[in-house]
Amino acid sequence: MLYTILQITLLCVSLSMLGLIYRVIKGPTTPDRVVALDAIGINLIAIVALVSMVLDTFAFLEVILLLGILAFLGTVAFSKFLEKGEIIERDRDH
Amino acid sequence: MTLLHWAIVSPFLFAILIPFLYKAFRNVHTGWFVLLLPVALFTYFFQFIPITRNGDTVKETLEWMPSFGINFIAYVDGLGLLFAMLITGIGSLVVLYSIYYLDKKKEQLHNFYVYLMMFMGAMLGVVLSDNLIVLYMFWEFTSISSFLLIGYWYHRERSRYGAQKSMLITVFGGLSMLGGFLLLYLMGGTFSIRELVVQADQLMTQALFLPALLLVLLGAFTKSAQFPFHIWLPDAMEAPTPVSAYLHSATMVKAGIYLVARLSPVFAESSVWLWLVGGVGIFTLFWGSFNAVKQTDLKGILAFSTVSQLGLIMSLLGVGAAALHYTQLDENIYMVATLAAVFHLINHATFKGSLFMVVGIIDHETGTRDIRKLGGLMNFMPITFTIAIIGAFSMAGLPPFNGFLSKEMFFTGMVRVLEMDIFNLDTFGMIFPLLAWVGSVFTFIYSMLLVFKTFTGKHQPEKLEKKPHEAPLGMLISPIILASLVVIFGFFPNILSERIIEPAVAAITPSLIQEGHAVETHISFWHGFTPELFMTFGVILFGVLLYLLLPSWKKVYTWIPERFTLNSFYDGGLIRSERGAKNFTSGYMTGFIRTYLVYIFSFLIAISLFAMWFKGAFAIETKDLSPVGVYEIAIALLLVISSVTILFAKSRLTSIISLGAAGYTVSLFFVLFRAPDLALTQLVIETVSVALFLLCFYHLPQLSRHEERMRFKLGNALISIGVGLVVALFAISSYSSKLFESISKYYIENTHDKAGGENMVNVILVDFRGFDTMFEICVLAIAALGIFSMIKLRLTRRDEG
Repeated sequence: MLYTILQITLLCVSLSMLGLIYRVIKGPTTPDRVVALDAIGINLIAIVALVSMVLDTFAFLEVILLLGILAFLGTVAFSKFLEKGEIIERDRDH
Repeated sequence: MTLLHWAIVSPFLFAILIPFLYKAFRNVHTGWFVLLLPVALFTYFFQFIPITRNGDTVKETLEWMPSFGINFIAYVDGLGLLFAMLITGIGSLVVLYSIYYLDKKKEQLHNFYVYLMMFMGAMLGVVLSDNLIVLYMFWEFTSISSFLLIGYWYHRERSRYGAQKSMLITVFGGLSMLGGFLLLYLMGGTFSIRELVVQADQLMTQALFLPALLLVLLGAFTKSAQFPFHIWLPDAMEAPTPVSAYLHSATMVKAGIYLVARLSPVFAESSVWLWLVGGVGIFTLFWGSFNAVKQTDLKGILAFSTVSQLGLIMSLLGVGAAALHYTQLDENIYMVATLAAVFHLINHATFKGSLFMVVGIIDHETGTRDIRKLGGLMNFMPITFTIAIIGAFSMAGLPPFNGFLSKEMFFTGMVRVLEMDIFNLDTFGMIFPLLAWVGSVFTFIYSMLLVFKTFTGKHQPEKLEKKPHEAPLGMLISPIILASLVVIFGFFPNILSERIIEPAVAAITPSLIQEGHAVETHISFWHGFTPELFMTFGVILFGVLLYLLLPSWKKVYTWIPERFTLNSFYDGGLIRSERGAKNFTSGYMTGFIRTYLVYIFSFLIAISLFAMWFKGAFAIETKDLSPVGVYEIAIALLLVISSVTILFAKSRLTSIISLGAAGYTVSLFFVLFRAPDLALTQLVIETVSVALFLLCFYHLPQLSRHEERMRFKLGNALISIGVGLVVALFAISSYSSKLFESISKYYIENTHDKAGGENMVNVILVDFRGFDTMFEICVLAIAALGIFSMIKLRLTRRDEG
């Protein structure tokens, strides 16, 4: 029973990812794409969580955490880039 | 090391001292110090004469590389001793001559004598070594030192050209010779000449015998300037005259003769040997003497005459091999050829050495060697003229000089070829006496040219740079000694015969000596009205006739156009091979990395497919395969889609993002295949590398950011499909043919018990196989430092600040 539910959930998440990928490809502006990529990252978290339930293991919890951090960092970096044109600012005195 | 070994290497050791002597005693000509050594060596070798005269030999072994069978075996028999005495004797005279020839202040004497001593030691090593490899080593030493001596005046272009030419040709021959020696070793199992001679009969029957023979002869022919390898010798005349006298008349060019004589006991039974050595020799005799007549430079005449005389000796050695096939004769009449070869060897060294010195004197005292500018020097240089006339008449083969005797014996040897009934000699043997006679006529002509064009005729003072006068006495001593030897050997040839010639002939034909054929030398001026006497009459008659009519037939020499001469063949060949190599290299080294990748991948495909086909290695086995789930299919599809997107993406940004997608998909695979550590690492690394790609993309110049699909190229597509196919085939067949169980069981069992960990991947990384990890850390450190220094260190832009 649980297995079937997991399958259905995975399918749903995959479908939502396809929608997001469409947005990444099509998305008229760059912020659209960045937001879509961020959501893809979160969806990946969901997929990893579901798969680890399918596989019945705790080993992938770190992967989930890492994906969360990476998605956040990536999005922040992209936003800064869009805002200021560079990611790591140079020391002005130098 | 015995005294004999010290004697052989003493010139090398002395060469070390020469620069110090040169620096310390600037007021004394360095040659005086050098002179002591060859004189001492000559007296030392003189003491061996009683030993070899009785048929005994001296053999001293010095272990060098015993495990390879390479030992420095010094071996003195008649032949070796004859050469050793020539080398040291004429070496002393040449050093004495060079003291007066080379100026103390203007010349770099230390260089000269170091090279000369190196050469002398190398020649002694060649003629006194019994081990083939040691012989080869000294052989190459002679090539190198001769190269240095020819290029002594290295600021002259012609000297460098001559040095390079002689180096290329003699080293080419030397390497072939080494090949021949190695083949001999393969057949006989030893490098020792003595031991090879013992098993000469078995060697004859082996398949490698003929290649060994040809290779060894190639070495001998190039060194001894035989046709068509004689072309280096005339160009080597750019060397200082003492060098020409020593190397290019008396010693180095006879190294090939020595080799042929030394290895005669091994090879001489073969018909190829007789025909090659005899035939090439006799043709070289003819060709050298024919070409000597057209030369206008005195040294050019002497160079071609050396070529021709060496051909004479070589042909005698070849014909002398026939004696081995007539062992049943009581009095072996064919041995006279070998005898004549040895005798002429000595004679040639004497008269050619003196003639070279004479030419050096003329050059020194008049400033030119051009025969067209010289003339009428008889009254200015009476002593030089006398020496020249003795040398030239001996060379022409006129009585009462020693050249006459050896030429008579030469004719005897050649005429007896007619009586042979082996190896088609009864059909084609006629060419031997014929070419010999024609060659002798030309020899007569150029000998006369040499003397009479220089010393008689009209004196032309306006063409000479200096006012001619007699040479200083010191310069004349050496040629006088040599010329008196010419006369002494001419009148009393038998002082040589028992002491020197007979042991040498015995060394060349040991098998005949064992069968009781004693070598009997009886050299006399008069042996009746024999064919050879009439041949000599003919030579003199036709020689005088042709000499007088020279202007009317000299245009014969223009018949061969410049394009077809051997020299232009050599020069053209050199240029063509350089150009060909350059074209070939620039043809495939295009400078484009894509071309090299095409080579690498094509080769990978070709060699892999060939190996798989040739070994029948492809295997497919389905019993070990796991079932395929729906997730794997989905993720694999994702991977395929993202990879294909990379290929067909319009913009580079799309490619970078697809690459990131592919990387993340791979990490999903890791999740699915239960590899959490890999998944973690893969995620982080993929993120970082996509960020780096974006960095690179951002810094691309606007121009090259243009949106354009990768152009389709059929060749590239085929190669990439091929590589993918090959790798897939390999993966399938290697998975299908597992030979033994995996060793992972050990890790599973011991991760906790022995290493005290739960995470097996990490335990393997840091415990079971921690060494790899350490060096991976090194790799990362190097990469980081490399990136840092590439960014920070900008040497080319330092000026710009």
